Amino acid sequence: MSAIIVLIGISLVVALVFLGVFIWSVKSNQYEDTYTPSIRILFEDDDRQRTATQTGDDEQS
Amino acid sequence: MIDKEQQHKPETTSNLEHFSYDNVIVKNFAIATMFWGVAGMVVGLLVALQLANPIFNIGEQAWLTFGRLRPLHTNAVIFAFVGNGMFAGIYYSLPRLLKARMFSDLLGKIHFWGWQLIILSALITLPLGFTQGKEYAELEWPIDIAIAVIWVVFGLNMIMTMIKRRERHLYVAIWFYIATFVTVAVLHIVNSLALPLSLFNSYSVFAGVQDALVQWWYGHNAVAFFLTTPYLGLMYYFVPKAANRPVYSYRLSIIHFWSLIFIYIWAGPHHLLYTSLPDWAQSLGTVFSVMLIAPSWGGMLNGLLTLRGVWDKVRTEPVLKFMVVALTAYGMATFEGPMLSFKNVNAITHYTDWTIAHVHVGALGWNGFLTFGMLYWLFPKMYRTKLHSLKLANVHFWLGTLGIVFYVIPMYWAGLTQSLMWKDFTPEGFLKYPNFLETVTQIIHMYELRAFGGLLYVIGALVAVYNYYMTAASGSLLKEEEASAPALQGGHKIKRWHEWIEARPIQMTIFSLIAISIGGLVEFLPTYFVKSNTPTISTVQPYTPLELKGRDIYIREGCYLCHSQMIRPFRSETERYGDYSKSGEFVYDHPFQWGSKRTGPDLARVGGKYPDSWHYNHMLDPGSMSPGSIMPSYPWLLDDDISVDDVPAQIALMRNLGVPYEEGYEDKAVADLDKQADEITESLLNDGSETEPRKEIVALIAYLQRLGIDAGKASSVPLK
Repeated sequence: MSAIIVLIGISLVVALVFLGVFIWSVKSNQYEDTYTPSIRILFEDDDRQRTATQTGDDEQS
Repeated sequence: MIDKEQQHKPETTSNLEHFSYDNVIVKNFAIATMFWGVAGMVVGLLVALQLANPIFNIGEQAWLTFGRLRPLHTNAVIFAFVGNGMFAGIYYSLPRLLKARMFSDLLGKIHFWGWQLIILSALITLPLGFTQGKEYAELEWPIDIAIAVIWVVFGLNMIMTMIKRRERHLYVAIWFYIATFVTVAVLHIVNSLALPLSLFNSYSVFAGVQDALVQWWYGHNAVAFFLTTPYLGLMYYFVPKAANRPVYSYRLSIIHFWSLIFIYIWAGPHHLLYTSLPDWAQSLGTVFSVMLIAPSWGGMLNGLLTLRGVWDKVRTEPVLKFMVVALTAYGMATFEGPMLSFKNVNAITHYTDWTIAHVHVGALGWNGFLTFGMLYWLFPKMYRTKLHSLKLANVHFWLGTLGIVFYVIPMYWAGLTQSLMWKDFTPEGFLKYPNFLETVTQIIHMYELRAFGGLLYVIGALVAVYNYYMTAASGSLLKEEEASAPALQGGHKIKRWHEWIEARPIQMTIFSLIAISIGGLVEFLPTYFVKSNTPTISTVQPYTPLELKGRDIYIREGCYLCHSQMIRPFRSETERYGDYSKSGEFVYDHPFQWGSKRTGPDLARVGGKYPDSWHYNHMLDPGSMSPGSIMPSYPWLLDDDISVDDVPAQIALMRNLGVPYEEGYEDKAVADLDKQADEITESLLNDGSETEPRKEIVALIAYLQRLGIDAGKASSVPLK
């Protein structure tokens, strides 16, 4: 069953890469604030050019 | 650190940068999504009709048979419909989340046109029978290479955009996009490893149980990282946008992401429960599959709870309606997945239409409805207008929802019915339905209902196309959307080429990926070019040249899509098909052909069960041997000749893959082939069927008559 060793190896490497990225994300304060990013995405686009589209606008006016 | 809302901080306006978002690429991907989506669904409808009645294998044309169109359907809906949908959503949301235009318009164009060309090549090659014979990875090696290249172009464009971003925090959706890119790249490369014999013919470097494991590691993670993670990213962007509400819990979304990606990659073996895969590997798959319910339901609830306080809008707003059904379908499919991974449940559902129902809850409900919802939101937005018709969107919603219901309920019913019939014994201890066909004709009406459900869904999609088109026609595309944001404070200035690699782990991810791939290849490729180290059964011998040719035909016609070659260790199966399958029987199978569905009976031990002439007549007209059969006819096998020119090369290639043909056998191979073909031709002639030795039917019969024979010779020897 050499394939399973290979697959576990590759899966582990992928997992370790993600673990590394996770540690980076925590260390670089990506998750310092776990609230405002969710609000910010609602405001990020083109307020100046906003026209009355069908969705999503009635709440803001 | 906390990023402040820039537009609320006047002092930062001094370094405000002006830029624009490209909507043209989003529009292109959106159009491609619907174009290929409808095409893939129509092919799906056709294959559904073919199962309900074989006359829909129109005109007995090879390229229109189920075995060739079914891979086209799956590839089209996965890679063309969902693929383009994912790209449309990413090219819209990513730049806005990062406050930066996509890195390169050129890379975007290469990505777009490259992907469409890949789809086009699939559309041509799959019906022609060019296939690697592994589900959802059917495309031949030149196309596989093209996919890898275009995928890297996409990843490069995405990651370079992250590098020049103006928003320090990477919103959770972006993390899902990164995971998609990295993991799909690794999966695709490993599972596509094959040695080519010609431009459109290649053989998996793995064999038998090893190939099965690699395939389902890929197959499961294709579901995880192509159909799930990118769409979760889209969900985390478009559901809050459409509801104009922040996601219920941003913290939960972060936990959702990290736990999901760490667990998902280990769940693959649940596709191989009760097969010849070692037991511990099966248990590993089960354990991780059961654990998956936690992050999956966390994400599903997070999405649904985002709508708290705006449920009244769900009544009137089609975008939200579609997204609510999508999330509900995601919740259903991810509840069902862990349940199906329990061995006792899997024993009932595997190889039946239950699996088909399960994947269509995911595909039609989760991917389909999220795509439609996203496009109902995007088209009016990009074209600066209102949706053409709310009423039509509602019509689409109900057609689609009813379509799903009419699709999945008959399939659950069919799956359960058939499974119970397979396992039913009389009081005397005999199979109650010894003829497999009885269990098929029993569920034909369910296949008809399923096709009706599919029809409703396709009509709904066409209504959506009309609605999107009229919306676009009534507005005008805002090609460049102006935006402005301050440059990232304290951002790294790129001075030396390697500084940006070291400075940030995102870049490290790419380079790690390349490192893994090279390392992985160097490490394990050689083990496949030397003799296989899988324990073998002494009586199991390599295929003869004629059988290899027959096997090529078996793969080309997609027989594995309806016939398994894997007998599970249940009395109901050993009674019906013979001794259960052992891993040592498959050591020369490049690629493995275990299958995942029994629309027809298992073939692992079909060798010697019927005379040659039975197979001959059965391939010509299955109904003549099995009245009521839904198998298509294969008349071209009686007319077309096999090519023997590449036999020596094929033998040499197989030897490179570890199949122990003796040195110099290449030179004798064609003579051996002819000798075996003559014997079969003669046996056919004795039964009144006249054919020529070089016809494809002879090779296929040779292969079918070999299946399961070798292990039977060793029945007195204890097998592992």
